[in-house]
Amino acid sequence: MKTDDLINALAADAKSVEPPIARTVAIAVGIGALISGLLFLGVLGVRDNFAESMVSSLRFVFKFVLTLSLAIPAYVLVRGLSRPDFEPGKKLWWLALAPALLFIAILLEMVSVPADQWHARMIGHNSIPCLVVIPLLSLAPLAAVLYALHQGAPANPAIAGAVGGLLSAGIAATLYASHCPDDSPLFLAAWYTIGTVVMTAIGALAGSRFLRW
Amino acid sequence: MDRKARDAEWTSLMRSAIAGDQGAYRRLLSELSPVLRGVARRGFAGVGVPREDVEDVVQDALLAIHLKRHTWDQTMPLGPWVMAIVRNKMIDDLRRRGRRPEVPVDLNEFEFEGEDQQASIDAHDVERVLGRLSGKNRDIVQSISIDGQSARDVAQRLGMSEVAVRVALHRSLKALADTYQEKKL
Repeated sequence: MKTDDLINALAADAKSVEPPIARTVAIAVGIGALISGLLFLGVLGVRDNFAESMVSSLRFVFKFVLTLSLAIPAYVLVRGLSRPDFEPGKKLWWLALAPALLFIAILLEMVSVPADQWHARMIGHNSIPCLVVIPLLSLAPLAAVLYALHQGAPANPAIAGAVGGLLSAGIAATLYASHCPDDSPLFLAAWYTIGTVVMTAIGALAGSRFLRW
Repeated sequence: MDRKARDAEWTSLMRSAIAGDQGAYRRLLSELSPVLRGVARRGFAGVGVPREDVEDVVQDALLAIHLKRHTWDQTMPLGPWVMAIVRNKMIDDLRRRGRRPEVPVDLNEFEFEGEDQQASIDAHDVERVLGRLSGKNRDIVQSISIDGQSARDVAQRLGMSEVAVRVALHRSLKALADTYQEKKL
């Protein structure tokens, strides 16, 4: 077929344009988060002293600062990475925000808590549920974000998928943090990060497999 | 016309195209194809890809531009987006040939030579891929592309609604792009 012939066919299909990719990403992430949110409220729910902790416990509030400092930059990046001409470059450093905050929080925790309690705080009470629940709550957002990226045209499928995995873990961790009784940054560093790394790896693998275009 | 003015023109043509202006869209694609050809030819020149294979990449890139045009941010210039698409398609093509997928395409650079005889050269991939469509869909694509018929004419001839013809055309174009993709896996 000659290229001019192909152009005839493409021009005849001019009206088939899909909605802008940024909108698709926003809607998909919204739906994914909503599904996990409803699932979370139906099965686990926020912890009993949620409102009280929000005003009285800096550690509790920090959990949300941390998870959102991951989820929000990951969302903005995923939205960009869905376009082929997006060059992440230095913007990838936004993802260092959450680890940096966590690092500072760990230092503060180690200063304010005696050394003989560090281990107990890190192990906490709820490590196994944390390990299981964060990946489970990540599944719907991850599927949604991968769907949206599939509609897009990511220049680097593995990176786009990985950041999608980070985003899904950020959403899941935000939900789970409101249930989990362990608030120490040492606990977050030990257990929340595992689920996050797992979801990032799954996202990268799925991305390199399914996001080629 | 200098580069900046041309990019501005493309940008406005694509805006009109996305708003549904078929004429603007045709003009844009016709202007883009020699540019894509120039980029692909230069990118492939150093790595020993035969000249006649360049046209396959041009057509693959045009299909991707078509099916992914909603990923262009209308507040940005169109040129870098087009270059990102063709670069991706060139990398895929080289990967398929088992070469190191490194293509030096600067997203901000899209000079092209004026010659454009290649528009009349057949590319083989799309032809081969067309063979995989059902008889009716192949008929629709060929009538519209090669014979230059309108969707309405094709609809009348086949006793279908015009909408059904358009849907079939769109699905067929997607199938063409997917088959291209399968070859790369």
